[in-house]
Amino acid sequence: MSEILNDETKKVLIEPLIENNPITLQVLGICSALAVTSQMSTSLIMALALTMVTAFSSAAISAIRNHIPSSIRIIVQMTIIASLVIVVDQLLKAFAYEISKQLSVFVGLIITNCIVMGRAEGYAMKNPPLESFIDGIGNGLGYSLILIIVSFVRELLGSGKLLGIEILPLIKDGGWYQPNGLMLLPPSAFFLIGLLIWAVRQWKPGQREQVEFKIMSIAHGEGGHH
Amino acid sequence: MLNENTQNAGQGKLCAALEKCGHYQKFRAALDKCEHYQKFKAYCVKVLALSNDSLEKTIAIAVALCLVCAVLVSMAAVALRPLQVNNKELDMKRNILDVAGLLTEGSDIDKAFAERIESKLVNLETGDYVDSMNADEYDQRKAAKDPAQSVAIPKDKDIAHIRVKAKVAKVFLVKEGGAIKSIILPINGYGLWSTLYGFLSLDPDGQTVQSINFYDQAETPGLGGEVVNPAWRALWKGKKVYAETDQPSLEKGLIEEADIGEPALSLIKGAVDNTKPGSEYQVDGLAGASLTSTGVTNLIRYWMSKEGFAPYLAKVRTVKGAKS
Repeated sequence: MSEILNDETKKVLIEPLIENNPITLQVLGICSALAVTSQMSTSLIMALALTMVTAFSSAAISAIRNHIPSSIRIIVQMTIIASLVIVVDQLLKAFAYEISKQLSVFVGLIITNCIVMGRAEGYAMKNPPLESFIDGIGNGLGYSLILIIVSFVRELLGSGKLLGIEILPLIKDGGWYQPNGLMLLPPSAFFLIGLLIWAVRQWKPGQREQVEFKIMSIAHGEGGHH
Repeated sequence: MLNENTQNAGQGKLCAALEKCGHYQKFRAALDKCEHYQKFKAYCVKVLALSNDSLEKTIAIAVALCLVCAVLVSMAAVALRPLQVNNKELDMKRNILDVAGLLTEGSDIDKAFAERIESKLVNLETGDYVDSMNADEYDQRKAAKDPAQSVAIPKDKDIAHIRVKAKVAKVFLVKEGGAIKSIILPINGYGLWSTLYGFLSLDPDGQTVQSINFYDQAETPGLGGEVVNPAWRALWKGKKVYAETDQPSLEKGLIEEADIGEPALSLIKGAVDNTKPGSEYQVDGLAGASLTSTGVTNLIRYWMSKEGFAPYLAKVRTVKGAKS
């Protein structure tokens, strides 16, 4: 196995976790990160589903990359991704019925998740299948990491639980904790992801975006009237 | 480079194993003989050698891809269908047992359901049982969508905002020693985001609530979604659905029998003061979910009215106990 993990594969597996995270650096896949993170159990399944779809779609697209006509390449990618998502959805309905009921439409919406398309178009079209597969796993893990952090905070502060197990006893059940209802609404995920992006860019200043244009300041007597 | 070598080695091993297999050999020999396969193979080679941007290759790739994906998707759907149908049925039975208070941890749901629960079909208009149809196979939600089996609800009466209802409802009875112990009624209505589907279980008097549960809803998690919270659901126990003529005059003998009136049960803002008169018709509203609470009140009022189960419950009351 050690020879499979050469430098390139290591790079594509590890980098998307923090250095090149699809959510915090590329700001992709935000919609589902808002929708499914009010509970940890749904986030974990969603993360797993997305990782699987990204990995297998990247591998499949990479395997036929030399024969994809460029005029229909986006449709070809979408067809492969959509088929895999349907298969994942069917599997969840068969083996994890309760969770699939909670995730409802969001599994189907993996089709439109920018991360999957982004990796297919950005990496799998130019690289061999094995690397593409690992790249898909890496990016899926990067997405999973953010989802788990966000859902950890949201479920703990929003309902005093983690994975459905009570951590902070609520006032209405005779405890001391008054849950923060905002944490259960989608905007709270915006705030949390915003804070995460700020924290990561504070830690790794290289991720800060260059300012494209500046509003000119009027300082230093530009008017010249004096 | 290393990767390609390992991959090729893996492929080599697989091919060697295949070559040894007798069935594979036979299959290959049959294929080689087949004229159509040879033509197909030649065509594949020709197309793959074409430029990626040629019209023929574009169409050929699109068709081939669609075929492969369609086969993959339909295989998954067909192979997993029995499991999914089973999951759905089990979930429904679990919910019915739950609302009847018969759900115990680790029990066999199929067995408990078969032993304790009896499915019955009820004509909503007359309130009579329908014996001409098979209750086990009837799906009320499907029937509500079928124009032949459903009726449109007039706008002014549609307080639950469901637009159509099935003519025949599927109710569940729990019996003990021949006498009815609970009546489980299917209810549905619109909340804030979604139509809530659930069951309400009543005592044999068709008046006192035993339990409620919603098995299908998509209200805001943590706010309206608290309709599934066991602590909130427990508040329903012992509440009364229909306004009764007041108890004192019944006791004084001024009237002979308590009269069953209109549905009065509703969710109120805040917590119910159980010492106040009329509290038996009130349930705590869901904090931060006024619209879901209103929706639940409306759907209870609708399904318990003459449009819903009132005629049926009236008939159940008149044969109270006598029917076995």
